Order: sequence, then C-alpha cells, then structure tokens
Amino acid sequence: MSENGQSEVGSFKVKAGLAQMLKGGVIMDVVTPEQAVIAEEAGACAVMALERVPADIRVQGGVARMSDPGMIREIIQSVTIPVMAKARIGHFVEAQILEAIGVDYIDESEVLTPADEEYHINKHPFKVPFVCGCRNLGEALRRIGEGAAMIRTKGEAGTGDVVEAVRHARTVLGEIRRLQLMPDEELMTFAKNIGAPYALVKETKELGRLPVVNFAAGGIATPADAALMMQIGVDGVFVGSGIFKSDDPAPRAKAIVEATTHFRNAEILAKVSENLGEPMVGINVSSLPKSEQLATRGW
Amino acid sequence: MKIGVLALQGAFAEHMTVLAGLGVTAVEVRLPEQLADLDGLIIPGGESTTIGKLARMYGFMEPLRQFAAEKAMWGTCAGMIFMAKEIESATAGKDQPLLAVMDIVVARNAFGRQVDSFEAGLTVTVFENGDSGAFPAVFIRAPQLLAVKGDAEVIAKLVDGTAVAAQQGKWLVTAFHPELTNDNRFHRYFLKLAER
Repeated sequence: MSENGQSEVGSFKVKAGLAQMLKGGVIMDVVTPEQAVIAEEAGACAVMALERVPADIRVQGGVARMSDPGMIREIIQSVTIPVMAKARIGHFVEAQILEAIGVDYIDESEVLTPADEEYHINKHPFKVPFVCGCRNLGEALRRIGEGAAMIRTKGEAGTGDVVEAVRHARTVLGEIRRLQLMPDEELMTFAKNIGAPYALVKETKELGRLPVVNFAAGGIATPADAALMMQIGVDGVFVGSGIFKSDDPAPRAKAIVEATTHFRNAEILAKVSENLGEPMVGINVSSLPKSEQLATRGW
Repeated sequence: MKIGVLALQGAFAEHMTVLAGLGVTAVEVRLPEQLADLDGLIIPGGESTTIGKLARMYGFMEPLRQFAAEKAMWGTCAGMIFMAKEIESATAGKDQPLLAVMDIVVARNAFGRQVDSFEAGLTVTVFENGDSGAFPAVFIRAPQLLAVKGDAEVIAKLVDGTAVAAQQGKWLVTAFHPELTNDNRFHRYFLKLAER
C-alpha cells in the first residue's frame, strides 16, 4: 500500500485475508446452482463449484478436469457467498480461465487428474488466491512458497472416511508443535529434511501455526466429523461429497455448519446430530489400493 | 473492562489477538448468555449471511439489540452489514437476517469479487493528533456505505469519496479489517467508546 492512499489489488494480504474471513465456516462442494442455493441457505461460508463431486469421480473414473466455465458462472450468479473452483495440479491455464470468470478462490486440487507430475502452479502472479492440499508440513510450506494463500489438509476425498483427514491434520499440527520446541540451529536441517523453504519454517516456528489459514478436507461426512477436525485444531472444514451424497442434504448441511461453530459444545453437537438420515455410503480408505488414493498426488 | 468478540464464524481470533495485545480481557461469544457482563462487542468479518443465520438460530437477535441500546458495538465488514438497518436489495442474500441497529444503508460486495479486493491508505477523521497518519485498510469483498442517516457520521472515506467507516454514538462500523493489520488505532478508539 502506498502512503498517498492509492489502492493495491491482489496483494498477498488480501488473498490470505479472504481465507481468514472463511474461518470457523464450512465450504461445500456443489454441482448445480440449486445445490449452491441450498448450501448458502444452510449457512455455508463459501461453495466449491464442480461438475462431479469426488465420490462420483471415483466411480466414473476417466480424466477429471476443470469444470465448464459456463456452469461455474451460473453458480456464481446464483449465490452471494464466495465461489471456489478446482484446477488440475500444474494446469496454470485452467487457473487463468478460472481467474478470468471471477472465481473467488482456486483449489489446485489432487481430486482432479494432475496435469503436471513434477511442478505445481506458480501462484504468485495471480490476483485470485489459491488453496492447496497437504499431507504434512513440508508439503504445506512448499505450496505456500509457491504462493498458496490457504492450505487444506487433504484427507481422502470422496470416501466419507475421516481417518485420512485426521491423519493429515495431526501430522501437520504435530510437526508444528515439534518445530516450536526446536532450537534455531536445527531449523535448516529440518527444512532440508521436510523439503520446505527455510524462511517459512522459521516463520511457522515463530507463529506457532501455519502462516496461512488451514482447513480440513477429505472424508468429512457428519457434524461430529466436522467438530472432531475443529477440536484437533484446524480453522474450518471443506465438505465435499458428504452433503449432497447423503439422504437429505439440506438439514445435514445446516447441522454441519452449526457443529463447526459450536465444536466444543457436546450438547449442541448431540442435538444437531439427531435425525439427519443416512450419511453418504462410505468407502474404507484402508480397502483402497494405493493407485486410487488421491492424496498421494502432489509433489 | 471486558470485550466480547462474536465467534459464530469469521475472523474472530484476529480481533482476540489485537485485544490481548492491548491488555484487554476478551472473550469469544457463541451463545447469548455470554453477553451478560461485557462492556462492548465486536462483530468480526466473515460471511455475513452465515453469521446472520447462526445469530438468529441461536436466539441472538433481541439480546444483541438490547446490548447495543446500552453498550459499545463495532462491526468490521460482515459485522458492518449485520449492524445496518438496510442493505441495498440487489446485493443482499436470499435470506439475510440483520440486527438493524445502525442508521446506515450498505451495499454488499460493493467493490466487486475477490480479484478486486485491495489495500488502501485512509484518513480517519476521529483519530486524535499524533494518531492521524494514514490507516492501512484491507478491503476483502468489502461492503460500502451508500447512505448514513440520523446522527450517524462518516469517519473515513477512500480518495474517491466512497464512505467506508461510520460512527453513531457508541457504535462503530468499518468496511475494512483493522484486525488484519499491526495497527491497533481502531481497537484503541473502540475501547474508548466502550469506556464512555
């Protein structure tokens, strides 16, 4: 920002700042404008517009790409909350297209088929902010080094099994707790070992948390799952297939929103968990062959 | 002095951090009974439709209006929208509960989408001498003040004249986010209002 009051668009502060405004909230996957409206009515703080939720991508297979920009535009027009959309890992042209249609956040996502098996998108030159997935602190800090303004732990999307979301959140938060106890002379070797930029390792130690907002994703299907992730220590949750693949999406969506706000209040959690119908039919992650685990995508 | 930060959704932790830095006792407010012994309340930035719905669902609307009648209240961004008596209808959510205490008309997302979010320096009329340098304001999918009525007054404008902060008695609204900067002048100013 300049002293004479001239404005600066697209600074890292405003990119990371939007994620700060999403905290304590639920970001829901939607595939139609009607679902987007249901999500907004339920109290979602943002929606993720996509053609197929991860559970369907798993079943149908094939190459999963960026959604039709026309369909994303319709969702943008149907709600007043922020709209996110996914680009393939490394596919910076999909990202340019999503920026051009006015998407509020781009998820460079392992749920889509990677376009580049070596490099992620250089996210710094974009005015639109990016969120990226991670399984551990090194991966989180590499993505932030590339310009990500928000991080989500990956979990295993489209399974309805929260076990990987727990594993990844505990890994990242546990590594940060260890880092905080580390003397400064150990930081460079730690940075080398986890493959993370030294400056960000140092900043994370000083802050005692990631330098950007950190949500949980991948396998959250119930209000209790959302509250579990919040109590473990994330800033908010993404719910993908968990809402619109369940029996009765609207009440479940609302219950997950309430559970994310009142995540420490067991009485409220009990009340909102009542009579929600069947959650999505899950897949045990332990039964998934390695080749079908989306979380392993990302370099 | 004890200040509450409405913690239904949004950037409440950032306000808590600034208040802690000023040595103020601050509490996160998730249920109406937690308003009881507070001297002032901050309604943070976040998603105004989400905050409004959760406030209504958990019985906050009347208790918050009663609180505002006596105490200091400050809304940042979404909080400013929530405190307004009126939202320009084209920009309102389909179901958007409003506290409707302050005599202002706001437009949501008035500067455009996230790609149009920006930082700008502001001159704030109510800051005292010595505190008068440009305030580093962060605007994120920010609202604007379209009209300020009754005894509400505009206290900061952008260089193009757009009104972005206002005060009415003990109530303060800012379209931007002082809690995202290292500058605590707005928080100190609000504490003075809460002391009155």
